[in-house]
Amino acid sequence: MDFQYDSEQNDLREAVRGLLQRAYGDPEVRRRTVATDPGFDEKTWARLAEMGVLGLPFAEEDGGMGAGPIEVGIVAEEMGRVIAPEPFVESVVLAGGLVAAVGTAAQRQAVLGPLSEGATVLAFAHAEPGTRWSTTARGVTATEDGGTWRLTGVKEPVLHGARADVLVVSAAVDGGTALFLVQGDAEGLSRTGYRTHDGTRAANVTLAGTPGELLGDGTADRSADVERAQALARIAYGNEAVGAMDTALTTTAEYLKTRKQFGVTLNRFQALTFRAADMYVSLELARSTALWASMVADSGGDVVAAADRARLQTSRAGRHIGKEAIQLHGGIGVTAEYSVGHYTSRLTAIDHVLGDGDWAAGRLAATVDSYPTVDPLGAPYTG
Amino acid sequence: MRLQLSPEMEAFRDEMRTFFTTQVPAEIRDTLAARRHLSREQYVQAQRILNAAGLAVPHWPVEWGGRDWTPLQRHIWREEMQLANVPEPLAFNTSMIGPVIAAFGNQEQKERFLARTANLDIWWCQGFSEPDAGSDLASLRTTAVRDGDDWVVNGQKTWTTLGQHADWIFCLVRTDPAAEKKQRGISMLVFPMDSPGVTLRPIQLLDGGHEVNEVFFEDVRVPAENLVGEENRGWDYAKFLLGNERVGIARVGATKKLISQAKQHAREITVDGTPLSQDPRLTARIAELENDLVALELTALRVVANSADGKPHPASSVLKLRGSELQQAATELIVDIAGPLSLASFADGGSEVPDWARVATPEYLNYRKVSIYGGSNEVQRTIIAGTILGL
Repeated sequence: MDFQYDSEQNDLREAVRGLLQRAYGDPEVRRRTVATDPGFDEKTWARLAEMGVLGLPFAEEDGGMGAGPIEVGIVAEEMGRVIAPEPFVESVVLAGGLVAAVGTAAQRQAVLGPLSEGATVLAFAHAEPGTRWSTTARGVTATEDGGTWRLTGVKEPVLHGARADVLVVSAAVDGGTALFLVQGDAEGLSRTGYRTHDGTRAANVTLAGTPGELLGDGTADRSADVERAQALARIAYGNEAVGAMDTALTTTAEYLKTRKQFGVTLNRFQALTFRAADMYVSLELARSTALWASMVADSGGDVVAAADRARLQTSRAGRHIGKEAIQLHGGIGVTAEYSVGHYTSRLTAIDHVLGDGDWAAGRLAATVDSYPTVDPLGAPYTG
Repeated sequence: MRLQLSPEMEAFRDEMRTFFTTQVPAEIRDTLAARRHLSREQYVQAQRILNAAGLAVPHWPVEWGGRDWTPLQRHIWREEMQLANVPEPLAFNTSMIGPVIAAFGNQEQKERFLARTANLDIWWCQGFSEPDAGSDLASLRTTAVRDGDDWVVNGQKTWTTLGQHADWIFCLVRTDPAAEKKQRGISMLVFPMDSPGVTLRPIQLLDGGHEVNEVFFEDVRVPAENLVGEENRGWDYAKFLLGNERVGIARVGATKKLISQAKQHAREITVDGTPLSQDPRLTARIAELENDLVALELTALRVVANSADGKPHPASSVLKLRGSELQQAATELIVDIAGPLSLASFADGGSEVPDWARVATPEYLNYRKVSIYGGSNEVQRTIIAGTILGL
């Protein structure tokens, strides 16, 4: 049991932090970047690729770096620290993760190579209007016709769905949920992109007999793969949220030390400093859980259960810290000109992409009566 | 980063688990599991068993019975002890005065006290808080005036936990009323509780128990050799001691035990024929509490891993703050599961209410103390805001 990063991991963190600090150290740059499509900076995306970050979790023979969930967590935390808008979790961890887990060797090389090089952006088109946080597809169906799979239905919201060069689309087939690769220029594909509250881009993706390439061999139900890929993404989002919460708290503490009211700085008011102390408690507990979930994923333990735990803890912490960061700033916290509110907005978005705290609590509640105590260092968390 | 315990630590954990579950008498562990008060004899018996096996004071200097364990080993030792319902070695002896004497006492004091303190041959109590000096401990007013070879002590202490069992007291006293800062005029004295002029008055608590006391001093003569460390440096020793007190205060193992008991009790209560354990609101509450406890345990592991230099990690305040809140949440959970049965708190013979439900509310009320003692949670927030956030 060891919570320390090794020297390579520290180097990775320093390198990514440096790159992102240069890109978004000035919050105004991020604000300008998300104001125009595609909502992120293609140059920063390319620099992340040069550093090897976009191929981090993929096998070397697929064009990746062969690193694991710990390294993914390190990058995600640094992304969160400056709320970098590049779609690392969405494109690399989730969509790329599905291709890595399900795709054939040829598909992995064809898709993950360019993704790792920064040449393409991937998106996972899975959410459907009227449902939430499912592992299965219902609204989009796929049928095979003369050796060609054709998909029909609506996916929304699809994060970065309008910009994506390749979409990984889930669709209902006989026997369950299958996954398909759909090219951005495929016939019958229409995409309407829009900006989300946190500056991310999402899209309505409508498929009308759109051709897709079946991901992997055969049409066996892939909902377990979706579950696992989403769990890994939840863990990465947990780390991203920790980075964002860290900055939100640091920014707030700094503000309390400098902002004057009633002739004194705000840190003279215990009503405020105690609330900041509670934010620190929430942050450290969330940080421990996110780190731990990355370790569970790294060691081959029960990723889904660990992700639920991390989701619950980081959801509660994210809401607590996000809301308090604004309140302790006062009115300026609600303005678009000032940075802290954007952190709250991003934390709110993270909270709803793949399941919120209540959702995770409900999943954990279903099994609490089946064991006496939780041992985070024992089964089922150690592989 | 690595999740698993190393094979050595796995073996260490097994060794601890085996010892605690086989070497400490079941009667003592059952009393603790039933959340009933232990007798003085039971405390002494348990600690002597641990001490004979080198498990009472592993964190002390090796010369005085310590084991030179890593912080992780100490964590495992403590958690396994709590999971096995083994009473922890008396904190006043092993976490408080023992380490202070080992660090600041003279050789004669070390030889005189340390072995007997480890073995609970001397039962110590803590003379810190006073009626007008709680969180503001440094404003204490009990005085010690030098008179020949003695100090003469006058004043009053309060919240003296288990003082009724104590042989000796370690006491903060004001020895320089003229000191520029109130912290500078304080010294630490130790003396027997049966010294002439010492009077103990029990304080009855909400749970009906007798756990704390007031202690009055009237011209108590204490030999000069009973001064610990240097005159007027007592505040430094007190801070050292309180830092030690906070380590291990998360009590994760004990809260785990409470939650597993709560689950069991929820199976025994039915609501219109359905076990309470199937109530989705209850299971969600348990899931949430359990997850908070996982987060606390992981944080404790992270903190111990980073405090290898022996100094308490600043985040140890998080452990105290959150640890106390979760202990309280677990006791509250059990009261709520007991429902109306929780009213039978003081039922004796002739009641059909199970024992766990009878003790539920007294314990819940008693546990309000855990966010107050050891530096109240408001003091912990002050530490976090000041030393960590720089506010």
